[in-house]
Amino acid sequence: MHIPDGYLGPYTYIALWIIMIPIWYYAGRKLSTELKSRQVPLLALAAAFSFVIMMFNVPIPGGSTGHAVGAAIIGIVLGPWAAVIAISVALVLQALMFGDGGITAIAANCFNMAVVMPFVAYYVYKLISAGTDVASSRRVIAAAIAGYISLAIAAAVTGFEFGIQPMLHHTAEGVPLYMPYSLGVTVPAMVLEHVFGFSILEALITALIFAYIQRTDTTLLYGEKSATQKMKKKNTSTA
Amino acid sequence: MDKIIKNLAIGLVALIILAPLGLLAVGETFGEWGPEEVKEKLGFVPPGLEQLSSLWSAPMPDYALPEQGDSMSTAAMTYILSAVIGVIVCGGLLYFIGKKVAKD
Repeated sequence: MHIPDGYLGPYTYIALWIIMIPIWYYAGRKLSTELKSRQVPLLALAAAFSFVIMMFNVPIPGGSTGHAVGAAIIGIVLGPWAAVIAISVALVLQALMFGDGGITAIAANCFNMAVVMPFVAYYVYKLISAGTDVASSRRVIAAAIAGYISLAIAAAVTGFEFGIQPMLHHTAEGVPLYMPYSLGVTVPAMVLEHVFGFSILEALITALIFAYIQRTDTTLLYGEKSATQKMKKKNTSTA
Repeated sequence: MDKIIKNLAIGLVALIILAPLGLLAVGETFGEWGPEEVKEKLGFVPPGLEQLSSLWSAPMPDYALPEQGDSMSTAAMTYILSAVIGVIVCGGLLYFIGKKVAKD
């Protein structure tokens, strides 16, 4: 899903830089106002985990290879805005140091994997787990579905960015300048290989890590209050 | 809390060691073809694609050293090295920034 240089024309990649700059700025502001000391090691681990999990290429029938992103579990545990920062750092390093994803496409890749994915995952998780206890098994299922759907949607968005290129950029004779395939090819190609392959992996990873954290310390989860905070609230409401 | 971080870190180290498994998946990835592969598919390389694709030469392209040859064990080692670099840079950077901005 890492778009290389040369696949997106300037209209698309510049537009995505313009979209991403304020998102990074806002995410950075959010992080500096909301991050708690005890979350710092988790944030560092999240970025490192996302970097490594994207190196696990898996084959799927049809001869294609791809990988999970880890963005869903990061969005659920640390919150989507912190996830933007963690995954963007991993993606920038992959592009600069390892040529995985293009330089011009950094903003596009960050939009797809570091914004669309954690936000979709977080809200799908929220929606499905609404009204349930933090320790309930329904939340594990919510996390799995969030992982599955978020990667599928990120793949669809990537397919869309690919597929509009022949319309936006071609010579007078109609020869495409960048990604040569149109929406009818790119969106199904991206979506199908993910819904039948990599999204299943993302779902498993998300559920596994979520279940582990849920069983050990639910106060680490984004938006969950710690035991002492809960106690305080109880005391003030009964007083 | 510390135990969770420790266990997750152990998991991460295991992932780094197992990373070369990711090399076993052979095949193409949609939309990530090199210019030569595009030429094979279409018979030509779209001019903008050709021009932009050589914009950046990464120091360790495809998580390997340039000109490292075809040896599978070298590939596995440089793949692990790449994962270690990724973990140190990403984890280190966010730990440093996190410590600077974190409250309480």
